[in-house]
Amino acid sequence: MDELLKLLRQNALESPENLARLLNQPVEEIRARIARYEADGIIRGYQAIVNEDRLDLNRVRAVIEIKVTPEREGGFDKVANRISRFPEVESMFLMSGGYDLLVFVRGQTLQDVAGFVSERLATIHGVVSTATHFMLKTYKDQGVLMFTEPTHERIQVSP
Amino acid sequence: MSGSRSARKSFVTPHMRNIPRSGIRDFFEIVSTRKDVISLSIGEPDFVTPWHIREASMDALDHGATAYTANHGLLELRQAIAGYIAAGFGATYDPRTEILITVGVSEALDLAIRAVAGPGDDVLYHEPCYVSYAPVIRFAGANPVPMTTGVDSQFRLTAGMIESAITPNTRVLLLNFPSNPTGAVLPRSELEAIARLVVKHDLLVISDEIYIELTYDGPMNSIASCPGMRDRTILLNGFSKTWAMTGFRVGFACAPPEVLEAMMKIHQYTMLCAPILSQKAALEALRNGDPDKAHMRSVYAQRRNFIHGRLNEIGLPCLLPEGAFYVFPFVGGFGLTAREFSLRLLDEENVACVPGTAFGACGEGFMRCSYATDLDNIKEAMRRLERFVGRLRPAAT
Repeated sequence: MDELLKLLRQNALESPENLARLLNQPVEEIRARIARYEADGIIRGYQAIVNEDRLDLNRVRAVIEIKVTPEREGGFDKVANRISRFPEVESMFLMSGGYDLLVFVRGQTLQDVAGFVSERLATIHGVVSTATHFMLKTYKDQGVLMFTEPTHERIQVSP
Repeated sequence: MSGSRSARKSFVTPHMRNIPRSGIRDFFEIVSTRKDVISLSIGEPDFVTPWHIREASMDALDHGATAYTANHGLLELRQAIAGYIAAGFGATYDPRTEILITVGVSEALDLAIRAVAGPGDDVLYHEPCYVSYAPVIRFAGANPVPMTTGVDSQFRLTAGMIESAITPNTRVLLLNFPSNPTGAVLPRSELEAIARLVVKHDLLVISDEIYIELTYDGPMNSIASCPGMRDRTILLNGFSKTWAMTGFRVGFACAPPEVLEAMMKIHQYTMLCAPILSQKAALEALRNGDPDKAHMRSVYAQRRNFIHGRLNEIGLPCLLPEGAFYVFPFVGGFGLTAREFSLRLLDEENVACVPGTAFGACGEGFMRCSYATDLDNIKEAMRRLERFVGRLRPAAT
């Protein structure tokens, strides 16, 4: 991945001026490259990484493993596209191994998620089975630790 | 009544009394009285040692690794170092007789000087430089001979400068490139010219290469790989900067057997061995730490670009350092000495940078800023520095 994308993944709020200084390139060049990444759909958005456990939202997150029967035309894509459109679905991947689709969902309550699985997911044509795992605690999300590491003071001046 | 304390003669030897305290120590004591300082005075990585390296040390502790090692250090580690130096720096050493694990490069430097220089011997070194060189040379009873470098040579040492400093008493040339505090790096052609001179005058080189992995713009060159130099070089390197392991205190020396044996004797009688847990961690760094060092190097390189760009925008001209993690801007344009500038910057803006004179008299007019700190700190420090310089400027004109 190029250095500009790496920097933006670490901190999407970094100003183009600072990115230009860090990468030793003209600021116009940086702006143009970001615009190009956005236009090409390589950068698909900018979000804050929030530790929801700290917000008392009482929301429930679950991971669902789904087995599906691929369709003659379109394979897994057709049913996958359908599932991915539900607003409850946050992330979704086609997997190798014992099941086909891995789906990250979010709901207000446990019943919410259970209802979503039994009434909406399981009833889709092509879905053979589901296994739902509820998340209990987030330790790390999108490469970011959700707990603050203890910092060890460095001495203020050293040779 | 017996004599008062002040009248009593000192217990401390005159030659120790005559060695000044480090200018850094001096500055540290001023800084440590203040709160909420943004410090660009820190000569160690801001990264925490990579997890797998820490884990190797914990695992060793789990398995009861709490004893001495051989005086030379763990053979496995010496073998790994031999491979690392051969592959990365083009010099081959026998891990049994030519490599010594030390308590950081600081110990290795002391051993090296004591092994090869004594009363009557001149040791040449370049200034501005790391604070311990002159004192360590004096501890050995030898004579420190500084060679001044400046902006005109981009703080690089040249063969010509060395040639004009050589006398019949010159025994040793001490090099530190990439350099603390200037970030200067010597190109291969200059190292080869120096090597020819060293061979011609039958000198020995002590090369402190602790920052060599933090070389940003070109290949990493060790003088030990230059023609004729392997057998007249003591190569010093360590893990502190490359893998952010300062607190582990582990470094190493590579040298021809006769010299290494002499260094080993001092080490054996004074230090015994480097801590085993640190040696285990060092071994893990060499085996699996390549991605970590590459990552840290690229982060330092970006911060270097940033701080170099900002300092020049602010009106504190500085060269783009090619290595280490320091920039050395010129701050002498305001009618203040380097020390006055640093103290006022600390006093008025709570930003700590070390005055260049801590690294030798020729550092007057300069200031060392370390970018081994978080980018947010660097940004804020530059903002404050800009404000400070803005206030000085009308007074200077």
